[in-house]
Amino acid sequence: MRAYFSRRYRFSASHRLHTSAFSENENRSVYGKCNNPHGHGHNYVLEVTVGGPVSPETGMVCDLVDLDTCVRKEIVDRFDHMNLNLDPLFQDRVPTTENLCIEAYQIISAAFDKAEVVRVRVEETSNNSFEYPVPRSLR
Amino acid sequence: MILLTRKAEFSASHYYWNEAWSAEENERVFGKCANKNGHGHNYTLEVTVAGDVDAASGFVVDLKQLKDVMEREVIGVYDHRHLNKEVPEFAEAIPTTENIAIAVWKRLDGKIPGAKLHRVRVYEMPDLFADYYGEP
Repeated sequence: MRAYFSRRYRFSASHRLHTSAFSENENRSVYGKCNNPHGHGHNYVLEVTVGGPVSPETGMVCDLVDLDTCVRKEIVDRFDHMNLNLDPLFQDRVPTTENLCIEAYQIISAAFDKAEVVRVRVEETSNNSFEYPVPRSLR
Repeated sequence: MILLTRKAEFSASHYYWNEAWSAEENERVFGKCANKNGHGHNYTLEVTVAGDVDAASGFVVDLKQLKDVMEREVIGVYDHRHLNKEVPEFAEAIPTTENIAIAVWKRLDGKIPGAKLHRVRVYEMPDLFADYYGEP
């Protein structure tokens, strides 16, 4: 029986949306207040979904302690109370939550080998969230 | 086709234990969940059904009927119970969140008038939930 298991994590970080590909005015017009020079922060929520057969022995898709250990090490410890713009991942890429979500998916799916990582969802605020990859049923 | 979700809550106790293993092995794998005195959660159940909107009623499913089926088949059986000791499917299967989602699916599948069961989601707590789509 294949089931999906999801867990939520939190981290707080700052960012500024700005690209050298645009002029100052274009940056201002595209990113609005997110372009303010000194950046701003969010309490991000990261929701990780893994899928796989439920083990008849343990009743679990995977041990949530293993998932916690991986996500805390790879994502929470890396980004919590940090400035996303200074992370090497965002040297050539704007740290929008779209890009953060895609990067988080790539990092977690490469690092976690106990179950398939099927989706990462990042809430930037309680009113906006981003998911990657897009579920098959919505394509 | 449209999806419709109904929520319900139940409170229950459980513990994780595999009789085939030694006490040390159970404690190593399940940690504090292996405490045989049990512990409890306020579970949230989300049942999603899929169907077409009826031209006359504008409904996919009669919500009252869906609520009654969920109440009769799941909430009435699980609420304020010890899952391991009082719910038959957990005499064998360990009542993990994953197995609860699968068990709820089996209890509801085919019993919802006019709609097909699409997903069962069980929250053990707000930061932890399992989804089952009826996949083998």
